[in-house]
Amino acid sequence: MKVLVPGALRCYTGGLQVQADGDTLDALFGDLERRYPGLRFRVVDEQGQLRPNMRLFVNGRGVRDLGHVLQPDDFVAVVLALSGG
Amino acid sequence: MNSPPTRLVLLVATRKGAWLFHGDSQRDAWTVDGPHFLGHNISHVQHDPRDGRTLLAAAKTGHLGPTVFRSTDLGRTWKEARQPPAFAKPTNGLPARSVDHTFWLTPGHAGERDSWYAGTSPQGLFRSEDGGVTWAPLPAVNDDTQFREWMGTVQDGTPDGPKLHSIIVDPRDPAHLYFGMSGGGVHESRDAGRSWTTLIDGMEVVGGFDPATVTFHDPHCVRLCPGNPDRLYQQNHCGIYRLDRPGTTWQRIGRGMPAEVGDIGFPMVLHPRDPDTAWVFPMDGTDVWPRTSPDGRPAAYVTRDAGKTWKRLDDGLPRQQAWWTLKRQAMTVDTLPAPALYLGTTSGELWIGHDGGARWVNIARDLPEIYAVEVAALA
Repeated sequence: MKVLVPGALRCYTGGLQVQADGDTLDALFGDLERRYPGLRFRVVDEQGQLRPNMRLFVNGRGVRDLGHVLQPDDFVAVVLALSGG
Repeated sequence: MNSPPTRLVLLVATRKGAWLFHGDSQRDAWTVDGPHFLGHNISHVQHDPRDGRTLLAAAKTGHLGPTVFRSTDLGRTWKEARQPPAFAKPTNGLPARSVDHTFWLTPGHAGERDSWYAGTSPQGLFRSEDGGVTWAPLPAVNDDTQFREWMGTVQDGTPDGPKLHSIIVDPRDPAHLYFGMSGGGVHESRDAGRSWTTLIDGMEVVGGFDPATVTFHDPHCVRLCPGNPDRLYQQNHCGIYRLDRPGTTWQRIGRGMPAEVGDIGFPMVLHPRDPDTAWVFPMDGTDVWPRTSPDGRPAAYVTRDAGKTWKRLDDGLPRQQAWWTLKRQAMTVDTLPAPALYLGTTSGELWIGHDGGARWVNIARDLPEIYAVEVAALA
């Protein structure tokens, strides 16, 4: 499926839109980690929680549960929430 | 035959990136290299004195999780740690924790090449045995029910999170370790971190609280004398202290500071050879704790008699209306025959104090808020 990553993660992916696979968001980040080592820990902490100020959208709908089930044609966006200063 | 001149490089960690300043042999001219990691919060950059070329940088951003970057060519190129410091899954019925940022980096013992220690926020102690590529938690601290009670929650720490800091390796014994926690006291291990004893006797706490309660103790910075590893100095939330081992009771040595300045601050800096000489940089710790220079007049203070007397060192620093101060890692000293001090301010200024702080000269202005300054001597 298509995954949109923020500019802050482009140093891992080399581009803003990448392909990755997974039955759930957690599995998707596992695949992203295999393709782009180090990416997952910048987004998901060691307890399996989405980090503060990170947001995920599946087909435009906000989701925080990494157990969320994905379909092969879903579009996942990783977004930096507002966090100024 | 003369030995080659030592080159110095200052490692400056800031809220928005890291900068390196390469000095000439007189420490008069400095060449800037940076920014590195622009936009990252860099808590600490440390040099490995064992190989003379490795740097580690503790980084995070406002959004992305914490990591450690590693350079083996003095900052020309950087590579991310494969496994940055991260807590284990919860045990002992304790709540799960996640590292917010790595705060402190300490190279391991000279005889343990590639060993490093890291302290995190919230408080955690980690060790690497491969030069910082992978990090493992020390469960005797991170997952110990007593330690976790002393650490409290993230609500109990400093404004940007409770911190484990001042990780010290005894140069005579790699198994002999110290660290401090803000808050949570000073602790010592003689078995490489498998077990720990608490070192808080003599340390004071905020009025009205029980000094026997470890969690109330807030050591800001603890240092071990290079010239006498049986002597430690400490800048605490409640004064300046010295501890001479094998004693276990800290002596408050800040009472001799001028009353209008007080003995509150963050950094503690020790002479590279003379165990009686130490420097502090006081801040305003009155009423609501402004955390500025006292009266807007910044100054270092030096003792040359192990804390009996103190002398003000402000020649060259602003004389009025300068309200900056220093974080605990933002002041250091080099190891040259006439050591110079270095400090980085919360207002983004970098200063050198020639002749042990007798003459201050500005090196750089307009940097982001400075979190840490280290100086590395390169052969």
